[in-house]
Amino acid sequence: MATSFHCDIASAENSIFSGEVESLVAAGSLGDLGIYPGHAPLLTALIPGPVRLVMAGGEEDIYYVSGGFLEVQPGKVNILADTAIRADDVDEATAEKARQEAETAIANQDAEFEYSRAASQLAEAAAQIRTIQQLRKKLGG
Amino acid sequence: MAAGKEIRNQIGSIKNTQKITSAMEMVAASKMRKAQDRMQLGKPYATNIRNVVSHIAASSAEYKHIYMEEREVKRIGYILVSTDRGLCGGLNINLFKAMINSMKAWHDEGAEVDICTVGSKGAAFFNSYGGNVVGAVRNLGDRPSAEDVVGAVKVMLDSFGNGEIDKLFLVGNEFVNTMTQSPTIHQLLPLNPAEDEAMKHHWDYLYEPDAKELLDGLLTRYIESQVYQAVVENNACEQAARMIAMKSATDNAGDIIDELQLIYNKARQAAITQELSEIVSGAAAV
Repeated sequence: MATSFHCDIASAENSIFSGEVESLVAAGSLGDLGIYPGHAPLLTALIPGPVRLVMAGGEEDIYYVSGGFLEVQPGKVNILADTAIRADDVDEATAEKARQEAETAIANQDAEFEYSRAASQLAEAAAQIRTIQQLRKKLGG
Repeated sequence: MAAGKEIRNQIGSIKNTQKITSAMEMVAASKMRKAQDRMQLGKPYATNIRNVVSHIAASSAEYKHIYMEEREVKRIGYILVSTDRGLCGGLNINLFKAMINSMKAWHDEGAEVDICTVGSKGAAFFNSYGGNVVGAVRNLGDRPSAEDVVGAVKVMLDSFGNGEIDKLFLVGNEFVNTMTQSPTIHQLLPLNPAEDEAMKHHWDYLYEPDAKELLDGLLTRYIESQVYQAVVENNACEQAARMIAMKSATDNAGDIIDELQLIYNKARQAAITQELSEIVSGAAAV
């Protein structure tokens, strides 16, 4: 049986990753899901969160995705991200700031306030922080 | 030398125009490079999502989405991607011609037409030509973003969902190379299943959460990405076409200047000769 599969991560404005991976973990709308070679065809929505790729040599790579779709085909995985960035580029300070802003916005709602927008901002910021923490764990060993 | 002065003025004004056109040529050349890069960057996503969607269309799904239904065609919709500005040669007019031909063909079959335009040239043309323009997006600038086209797409998707239109086409220029841009008309809805032999066997995806919710989101995203890609590609076409148009305008201005210069020199020489012969004949008379 094949020990690896092809994975493409692309966002509307850029192609982020394309190559062979051994497994990947992504944040699906019903919870985190791990994909290994030989997975059944699957189509799922992604929520903001990290996508962790394990390369052929056991090396790991982490990307941040702010939502999108994941398709599994035999021998191939397609991630259609709304926006995807390499986790190294996620700036923890800005993510933390965005999270706080969203939290204060939810706390003091005024008349013109859009709850759903703030909630999605909060979810995104929290997911970015989660990505950074994962990355730090990986680098810290 | 009254004629001489006039010609000199004319040469001066053409030289000024030539300066403008050559500056525009250089600006368009540098913008074209950036637009081409953007087009290349967006391609993987557009191709991947198209593959995913054609897989879905080919799968024997338990749930048939409304976007996959073939219906009797009573009214069709076009999303027309044109430029915001002119001075780009025949780019827009070739596109409009192709679209009018297609509209006529559908009209002969008894179908009405709705148009949604992206870019102000398309809106202006079809408002005066007489088309039913139901939506317009303009001033996208040189760096269009995916969000900009969402509104235009939503108008058309909603009317497809309501059964107001039975087919949806995307009309835009295809970037073949710097010299060639060709108008293309491409069917967005209903979706065509992939012609892939390997996909013919009976299978379906596992859907998470459920098929309906997922396909709604994915197919909307698919249409948006196709339109966005068309906008980016049209932008590259626009810059290329403008570069070529301005280059030929600069060349033509050079030709005209050469011709006028020759006429001016001849007139000047004739005036000098005439003056000389007047002086000589005047001296001989004394």
